Amino acid sequence: MSSEEKTLNLTIRVWRQKTRLARGEFKEYKVSNISTGSSFLEMIDILNEQLVAQNEEPIAFDHDCREGICGTCSMTINGLPHGPLQGVTTCQLHMRHFKDGETITIEPWRAKPFPVIKDLVVDRTAFERITQAGGFISIRTGSAIDANIIPIPKPVADRAMDAAECIGCGACVAACPNAAAMLYVGAKVSHFNSLPQGKAEKDRRTVAMVETMDSEGFGNCTNYGECQAVCPKGITLDFIAQLNRDYATAKIKGFFKSTGKKKAGAK
Amino acid sequence: MNLDAKIPAGPLADKWSNCKAHLKLVNPANRRKYHVIVVGSGLAGGAAAASLGEMGFNVSCFCYQDSPRRAHSIAAQGGINAAKNYQNDGDSVYRLFYDTIKGGDFRAREANVYRLAEVSGNIIDQAVASGVPFAREYGGLLDNRSFGGAQVSRTFYARGQTGQQLLLGAYSALSRQIGLGTVKMYSRHEMLDLVLVDGHAKGIVTRNMIDGEIKAWNADCVVVCTGGYGNVFFLSTNAQGCNVTAAYRCYKRGAGFANPCFTQIHPTCIPVHGDQQSKLTLMSESLRNDGRVWAPKTRELAQKILKGELKPGDIAEADRDYYLERKYPSFGNLAPRDISSRAAKEACDDKRGIAPGSGLGVYLDFRDAINRLGEDKIRERYGNLFDMYECITGENPYKTPMMIFPAVHYTMGGLWVDYNLQSTIPGLFVGGEANFSDHGANRLGASALMQGLADGYFVLPATIPDYLASCGLGGAPSIDRPEFKAVKDQVEERTKKLLAIKGDLSPRSLHQELGHIMWEKCGMARTKESLTEAIGEIKVLREKFWKRVRVVGEGESLNPELERAGRVADFLEFAEIMCRDALVREESCGGHFRSEHQTEDGEAMRDDAHFAHVAVWEYQGDDKEPIRHQEELKYEEVKLATRSYK
Repeated sequence: MSSEEKTLNLTIRVWRQKTRLARGEFKEYKVSNISTGSSFLEMIDILNEQLVAQNEEPIAFDHDCREGICGTCSMTINGLPHGPLQGVTTCQLHMRHFKDGETITIEPWRAKPFPVIKDLVVDRTAFERITQAGGFISIRTGSAIDANIIPIPKPVADRAMDAAECIGCGACVAACPNAAAMLYVGAKVSHFNSLPQGKAEKDRRTVAMVETMDSEGFGNCTNYGECQAVCPKGITLDFIAQLNRDYATAKIKGFFKSTGKKKAGAK
Repeated sequence: MNLDAKIPAGPLADKWSNCKAHLKLVNPANRRKYHVIVVGSGLAGGAAAASLGEMGFNVSCFCYQDSPRRAHSIAAQGGINAAKNYQNDGDSVYRLFYDTIKGGDFRAREANVYRLAEVSGNIIDQAVASGVPFAREYGGLLDNRSFGGAQVSRTFYARGQTGQQLLLGAYSALSRQIGLGTVKMYSRHEMLDLVLVDGHAKGIVTRNMIDGEIKAWNADCVVVCTGGYGNVFFLSTNAQGCNVTAAYRCYKRGAGFANPCFTQIHPTCIPVHGDQQSKLTLMSESLRNDGRVWAPKTRELAQKILKGELKPGDIAEADRDYYLERKYPSFGNLAPRDISSRAAKEACDDKRGIAPGSGLGVYLDFRDAINRLGEDKIRERYGNLFDMYECITGENPYKTPMMIFPAVHYTMGGLWVDYNLQSTIPGLFVGGEANFSDHGANRLGASALMQGLADGYFVLPATIPDYLASCGLGGAPSIDRPEFKAVKDQVEERTKKLLAIKGDLSPRSLHQELGHIMWEKCGMARTKESLTEAIGEIKVLREKFWKRVRVVGEGESLNPELERAGRVADFLEFAEIMCRDALVREESCGGHFRSEHQTEDGEAMRDDAHFAHVAVWEYQGDDKEPIRHQEELKYEEVKLATRSYK
């Protein structure tokens, strides 16, 4: 919308893969007259219309809200999940950040727990299973106490909100050389564990989510910090630190915990 | 068509309690024997599926996204209303009820709206208990802000991401139930039809979007929470995938469609840019708490801005027309959405618009608020919205005012439901934006989240067991019954037909064409002439679609072109009903503005004598005109008044 708008001609080098098991490859396409005010996904829309006109199958990619909040879009652009601009999702990346004549390489998230479904679309249901293991506070509908009964200091609420901003896009996993999901899990765990409502299930939640994360095949954090660098919502490594701390505490407590009963089979 | 709203007896304030006291229950041990299908996983669908699962019902939940957490409720920014009166500024259930019914220009049902206001407080309790990190004051208590159409601060918020946080709350409850096995989740599944057995909704047909499998599912009842149909305009603030298909298929199976012409055009969106644009982005209404809306007083000044000779900052205070403050002094910049949108259109029609290119835009200016409160305070309140604006437009709104223009945002119309949220088809329940029930002709800001969660957490879990109990314990009809196969065959045939046309026009280009017709002729201002033209043009476009659409790819794999083609085909039929509804409603009310019906100063003119009713459309067949029925709106508590925000 700004007055200095231009148009670009670009070469798009994009990953094409027909099905999960098919062999994929890069293909090159040309697009022209792309307005610098267009979003990156609008550029792909235009390319796709071009492909349809040539009776070629359009590039499949995940996208929905196109305002940076649903977490659906997922592309690695020139080697960076969500592209070169910090703090935004692919759908919020605009073409003014590219140069005329440039070749842009687009790939799907690359991580073993996120298998490719088609072209740029990957299966992120591993994240779902992690959440199902413990990413909640167990309360029943209708039995909640008045919302103002437990005052929550503003800094605590703000920190929980910082963590809760995670949109579950998976860029952190795609960026990590270990395909670790620690930033995602750290954010989830920190959001609930920080709040008084979430304290009751803190240990159980942390252990269950970490165990599921491991069994889904995500790697471990070795402090590369790539996740923080690409996170479109500015989730920071502090939350991984909190995850580690909460996990260690939960495990130690479990080790020393006496059930008050004789273990079955013990003499 | 039976349009008995089943409004419970008794005084308005006791109706919901009376209703609940007499609804039938299902004993805990029997609940797992009932299978409930929930379509959609936003606030209404997600909360309903989680709550029903937790009660012990056997629930299957379907969504087209790759995760239930991505439903478009997530994009709501500003907040959620609740009559908590934590601010001690005179709020009450009655006042929230009254504001909502007045905001809807007296075209909603009293009893439904009162219930909405009544449960609003419980929603906040529920959300906080499930970990939603609402904004708090330093004392640790919940903070509130103001929203349009109200003179109290009753809006709870979580930065500019309230919808996201509330959805994540419902999603976490849903995830817990999925983990426990009470809810089975089917993501990347799109509902393509409804199955009726002996006149009751007993199943659906879906397409698995990954492998293309078309499958019938049987159940004891079906709950549709599939959102609104704003994408009929092609450009809207809705997500790309939002569509009318599930609701429209229910309509074609006999469910009445209520007030389809009631569309909300939101006043503060980023103006359209060129013809390559795929969606419009909303700037939250909450910005109008501190931002002042203005256009230059004269066309000459607007021209100079458009030519780049002047910048907005060069316009002297005396040359700025803060038109909302001028026209509606008591509500000012927080006038309701329909009114603010029309006022922006008026300024632009007067050629005082300032967006580069089209001129279609006005300013939303924070200069005074920044001078008064400092940039840091404004950043704390709206930081993410300012960032989003800068990211899209390349301009810094701390330094130069935002440019805004109205855009399609929400649809108040939807499937007709009675007080129990049951449609005209027994066993088919409808929640959230997909139904028509609570917002009349205009929705107030921060009320969509409230309604979605009211339906999902509190209403549907109370009313669905009543229907199930009346069905008995016979179980869902067998999937081998011919009704399931018949519908499944029809869906398969339609898919094949779409793929076989092999024409020369992409589904997207046809969608764009439809959107253009709808925006120009059934948009912010409608006339008899424009609507009649639109109906004709839509028919022609529909024929063009079925002759010339090109769907590349195959049916048996992930095929976004096929998905879009199916949705556009339904929009092309549905658009006509919208125009018909707008044509018959010879009055202006809320978001429905018929240019023929306005006061001298351009305000909407209602006709209560002839139109204080819900218009409900009944499908008659593809080549027959639908029939329009009426549900009279009886106002016992509220006196119909001319809506004034002056």
